[in-house]
Amino acid sequence: MIAAAVLLWMIFAIWPDWLVDAIGRKKIFLNALFNGITLGGLYFLVASGFTLIFGLMRNVNLAHGSLYLLGGYIGFFVADMTGYWLLAFPAAFIVVGLLGILMQIFVFQKMEGEDLRQTLVTIGISIVLADLMLWSFGGDFFNISPPQWLSGPLTTFFVTGAKSSGELVYLKYPIVRIVIFVASVVIGLGMWMLLNRTRIGMLIRAGVDDRDMLSATGARIQVVFIGVFAFGAGLAGVAGVVGGTFQSVAPGEDIRFLLASLVVVIVGGMGSIPGAAIGALVIGLAEQLGSVYFPTYAVVLTFLIMVVVLAFRPQGLLGRA
Amino acid sequence: MAVIDESGVSDTEGRKTGWAEQIPVQYWVVAILLLIMPAFASDFTLYQIFGWSFILGMIALSLMFLAGYGGMVSLVQMTIAALAGYMIAIFGDSAITDISQGWPWYVTIPIALIVAMLFGSVVGWLSVRTEGIYTIMITLAIASAFFYFTRQNYVVFNGFSGFNGVLPPNLFGVDWRGSKAFYYLTLFWAVAAYLIVLYLSRAPFGLALQGVRDNPRRMAALGFNVNAHRVAAYAFAAVIAAIGGILLTWQSAQVSPGTAGVGPVIDILIIAVIGGMRHPIGPFIGAFIYVLLKTFSIDVLTSLGLGGERFQLLIGISFLVIVFWSPDGILGLWDKWRQRSDKDPLRDAGESNL
Repeated sequence: MIAAAVLLWMIFAIWPDWLVDAIGRKKIFLNALFNGITLGGLYFLVASGFTLIFGLMRNVNLAHGSLYLLGGYIGFFVADMTGYWLLAFPAAFIVVGLLGILMQIFVFQKMEGEDLRQTLVTIGISIVLADLMLWSFGGDFFNISPPQWLSGPLTTFFVTGAKSSGELVYLKYPIVRIVIFVASVVIGLGMWMLLNRTRIGMLIRAGVDDRDMLSATGARIQVVFIGVFAFGAGLAGVAGVVGGTFQSVAPGEDIRFLLASLVVVIVGGMGSIPGAAIGALVIGLAEQLGSVYFPTYAVVLTFLIMVVVLAFRPQGLLGRA
Repeated sequence: MAVIDESGVSDTEGRKTGWAEQIPVQYWVVAILLLIMPAFASDFTLYQIFGWSFILGMIALSLMFLAGYGGMVSLVQMTIAALAGYMIAIFGDSAITDISQGWPWYVTIPIALIVAMLFGSVVGWLSVRTEGIYTIMITLAIASAFFYFTRQNYVVFNGFSGFNGVLPPNLFGVDWRGSKAFYYLTLFWAVAAYLIVLYLSRAPFGLALQGVRDNPRRMAALGFNVNAHRVAAYAFAAVIAAIGGILLTWQSAQVSPGTAGVGPVIDILIIAVIGGMRHPIGPFIGAFIYVLLKTFSIDVLTSLGLGGERFQLLIGISFLVIVFWSPDGILGLWDKWRQRSDKDPLRDAGESNL
């Protein structure tokens, strides 16, 4: 409670001089905080597909980062050729989702129940995909540029300080990041609704709990598997477009985001969507605040969080034991 | 249990007839071939191909020990190896004289082994709290944390560039980086590691570990401390990986964050899987194939009409093929072939799946 109050005070109050002297200007803090939250939104998009697939199929899809990167490339080329940024999302979702369906039908169905072998296969697929993408798209950085109406900053109602004349200064923040964050929250809520309020969601939740029993009741579990895999993969593709707009699309990003989603689901709890949300927020904030306040060890901070969670709560913050 | 009793009996019988006759003739051929190799092989073959295969084989052997006997697929073995290399560079001699302490080898090598063992035990202690595929995820995350940490820490690990000029001590007046000397050095340690793992797999500790792998709850009910066995396995595997890491550092004379990047970490897993995880010889076969592929991939790829830089594609596809058709690696293929040729077509017609 006290921590929350202090945080709220730090967000809304005008900082006194001693605090500015101690940890720097408020604008930097607010920017890091917002970047952390929006990065958390991106991490959630990547990690929620990963955790959904894991929760239902016990398949650690280590090719998830490659799916993310593929989505980014597809998004870039679609947006570049058609000129419509919004078109990049369905294109990436459909193409990467189709790849997910192919993977599920031709690879994972053949080795159902063999967790370790499936994981090894996903490692092989990620190596092959990474090299194929390097081959066809080269090693350059691509930036997906958002459309005109989304570029530029938005003046928010958060006060960063006051001028000597007493006039208040408000924080300016890129609109595109805010829009994307709102969109990922909407997607997250939609997934939660889908899982908890619909028949399909009921099937999936039953499958997470006991898939043998579910298939014994006559549900066509293979279809559910294919659907979930396609959805999770498609989500990774969409996240690739988002990541390409936030940052850039380049070789090596696949491993970065695979690791990020690994850490997120380890911290949040495997197979849990709310866990992925909390984990993504924690890791995004740790990364951004870390890179402002302890620049050298920002990456290590996220792993430190993971180790601490593992040591005291091995199943993750919201995972079931 | 029946299997164990049987092997025990044959062991005692073997001792009566003398240990030399107990070893099959193929082993003698391989041993003699490896010993006289420097007589006809080129320096490049000895140093780059065999030396490197033995080193990678040892690191993969430590993974095979954990995964094959303990059921724990740990991806930190390469990290442990790199850590041992770093310790040698930090406490011993290197070209980075600001950081390197310049202590003698009889101090630095034990330090490296102990630090690596402690690190391995901590990782083990963290990852045995979870099971199966979780282990892969957690160890992968720890391995990449090490990579990022060493890349950003300049005070101790010298950041991105790491250490170069890390040379083996000039012991007994031999230049251990000479191709023949290095060949025998790596051969000695590889054989030693192989024999120790082989011995341990039949010793009480190894049998208990395999019991833990197959049924942890039953082993716990029998009074074995399941987690202690697992952590001990991590500690033992860390020592093997550390020896490999020290040799690897000497071979390339440098150690840097890239030594334990995500790529090399995965490569060790690939080596162990390609070779086969059921017998300690597997990792060495896998390492040999990997080194051959890596060294000659340019020739292979250009002959296929592809660019020479598509090595990752080649290794990825061969890994996929192996995992798909023979989960036990090359050793599994060998077993299958043996079974097929041993089979009596009349009697065993219906049992092709065995």
